[in-house]
Amino acid sequence: MSFLRVLAIPGQALERLAGRVLPASWRRSPWLFLAPMLIVLAVVAAWPLIRTIWLGFTDANLLQMDKAKWVGLDNYTGKGGLLHQKEWWLSVKNTLWFTLLTVSIETVLGMIVALVLHRTFPGRGIVRAAVLIPWAIPTVVSAKMWSWMLNDQFGVINHILLGLGIIDAPKAWTADPALLMPSLVMVDVWKTTPFMSLLILAALQMLPKECYEAAQLDGVHPVKVFFRVTLPLIRPALMVAIIFRALDAIRIFDLIQVLNGTRPQTMSMSIFARQQLIDFQEVGYGSAASTLLFFIVALLTVVYVVAGRVKLGER
Amino acid sequence: MKACVAAVLWSTVLFAAGCKKDKTEVKPDPGKGSGSAAAGSAGGGNAPAGAVEVALACGSVSTELENCKIGAAAWEKKTGNKVKVITGPTASDAQLGLAQQQLAAGSTDIDVFNVDIVWPGILGTFFIDLKEHSKGAEKEHFEAIIANNTIDGKLVAMPWFTDAGILYYRKDLLEKYKEKVPTTWQELTDTAKKIQDGERKAGNKDIWGYVFQGKAYEGLTCNALEWIASFGGGTIIDPDGKITIDNPDATAALELAASWIGTIAPQGVLNYEEEEARGIFQGGNAVFMRNWPYAYKSAQDEKSPIKDKVGVAVLPKGAGANARSASALGGWNLAVSKFSKHPKEAADLVLYLTGPEEQKRRATAGGFQPTIVSLYQDKDVLAANPLFASLAESFKSAVPRPTTITKGKYNQASTAFWSAVHAVLSKEAKAKDSLADLKTKLEGLSRGGKW
Repeated sequence: MSFLRVLAIPGQALERLAGRVLPASWRRSPWLFLAPMLIVLAVVAAWPLIRTIWLGFTDANLLQMDKAKWVGLDNYTGKGGLLHQKEWWLSVKNTLWFTLLTVSIETVLGMIVALVLHRTFPGRGIVRAAVLIPWAIPTVVSAKMWSWMLNDQFGVINHILLGLGIIDAPKAWTADPALLMPSLVMVDVWKTTPFMSLLILAALQMLPKECYEAAQLDGVHPVKVFFRVTLPLIRPALMVAIIFRALDAIRIFDLIQVLNGTRPQTMSMSIFARQQLIDFQEVGYGSAASTLLFFIVALLTVVYVVAGRVKLGER
Repeated sequence: MKACVAAVLWSTVLFAAGCKKDKTEVKPDPGKGSGSAAAGSAGGGNAPAGAVEVALACGSVSTELENCKIGAAAWEKKTGNKVKVITGPTASDAQLGLAQQQLAAGSTDIDVFNVDIVWPGILGTFFIDLKEHSKGAEKEHFEAIIANNTIDGKLVAMPWFTDAGILYYRKDLLEKYKEKVPTTWQELTDTAKKIQDGERKAGNKDIWGYVFQGKAYEGLTCNALEWIASFGGGTIIDPDGKITIDNPDATAALELAASWIGTIAPQGVLNYEEEEARGIFQGGNAVFMRNWPYAYKSAQDEKSPIKDKVGVAVLPKGAGANARSASALGGWNLAVSKFSKHPKEAADLVLYLTGPEEQKRRATAGGFQPTIVSLYQDKDVLAANPLFASLAESFKSAVPRPTTITKGKYNQASTAFWSAVHAVLSKEAKAKDSLADLKTKLEGLSRGGKW
């Protein structure tokens, strides 16, 4: 039975119950209770979104917001427009590459960690809490911490690697073009693997024990058990975890900004948008970049949900 | 059950409403007497009638805030007005972002702004002309800074303290290898290489010849401007708006700088800001360093491995007919917002804080370099800061970044410049091509030189 369908049952049962037993006025009151939250969401989320999209069609400048003029699709397709700007496409490529690498590594590592934490062993509670520490530290703090550790001259990482004999000269982790992306991916993996492992662990703990007992009786090899029993059962939860991570990774800002600044080789789409908006005061252009980022994230979500739903429906 | 839910919702709403607190305000408490004297901001409860409250945004790096408050308290005592001190983030560009948002919204929350040397061009239209209140006080200050702060004939900010790039060197190592302090970049390159190789042979494997700020950020604009101006290659954009960067002197300067990476400067220098470079020099692992004067105090700290082994000098010259010594001009200024409700009192506060009395106090107590020329001959100032005597030369040869001409587009111009330089340093592009591309980009940005 699909994980998500299991969750839906109580809701459906309540609905049927509500239809039969509760009076009509009670069916309106959920909306009344939800109204404050919906209003707050509209003000805090919907209004800025609509305004950003609207500003993307103007040439607003931060210092002269009242002189903004409508320029239509100029910010997108015009002469200096986003779609012709090679820095924008470079940032798109950096972001997608970063997302692909981090999400795949974090899924694999997160799965391994979750499987380990699923077993009972003494001190499991403490280990579970400790595993969450990288996720709990604010990104800005941990990025700054890593930038000192990765320093090529007095950083701890080089010191350890040199001491162990793995490298023979200090490596410039944040300066060498070949090492830029790997070091960013490494820091992000350190930070976010706990998040993935926690989501996967939650799914693992909901699995019925009967399948495993049956597999044990049949004498199935543990690796086969993992691929044939565990993985298909937790797949819905895994898909949810992956999409959460992927959407977060596409919007990455603080980690790259603190470690590498606005360096074009590692600039992400969010950093590009912010540079235009705040550093260059080009509110119109920056809003256009933010809007494009929003649409890319939305597109990815829609594709993922649709593709995911198709697969679930086939069962 | 319904009552429970309602109670929780109401208490949440009330809690949220009551908890609104402006974290950026440090209000002097009017009820109590002045607390610790060191914190300044005399909270005198008996402000005379007609006293005005002026909001002053102070810097917050190291001792900036403390000294700012002391100065504000002295003015409060003198005039009977009150000062509300407001602090912000430490990073300059973060402060700029906040200042821009405040001014773009026409906010009256801050009367006196702390303005970095590169901001008058960007924010100039939001500040009042201080010449109307200064009674000629600006003539006491360094001309280069006053010129930098004058936009379209208006003096938009008074200089408060200044900064210029200087060369730090290891006195003991130069003596050991019988080298003199280099006066040209080529001499520095050769001396650095010689000492670096010698020290490495003697067992100090971690030592490098020269560290500077090579990350792709505003600090690289300062470093590269120093190299280029010292070769006679101009200042990127000249005061009329013409883009002068694409010339053989500038190309020669960048080619020399690119040759340092991996030979006398570590590969990691491409991601160093001021603190990283200082960390290496102060740890004893560099022969030369380019940094701002602030690093001297830490180098002479009790626990510093290089205490008493450090000397400072003006930055070296380039080669060629127009070679000169050039330091990038840094420093901070004070400006009065045009939305201020009390411009006269705010201007008075600015003129007091930037006046000779307060600048002398800040120089002796806090080590802030004054902008008033005569203070560099003052006995007390020099006694507290022996460094200043050698710095005066650097300030006279200071080169400002082209903010006055580029105005609102300075950040874009600077980003284009540091990206072009960084590409050359990381060997992704040749100096000549990179500068030619930069010229095209700047011309596009300025619509042919008409900023």
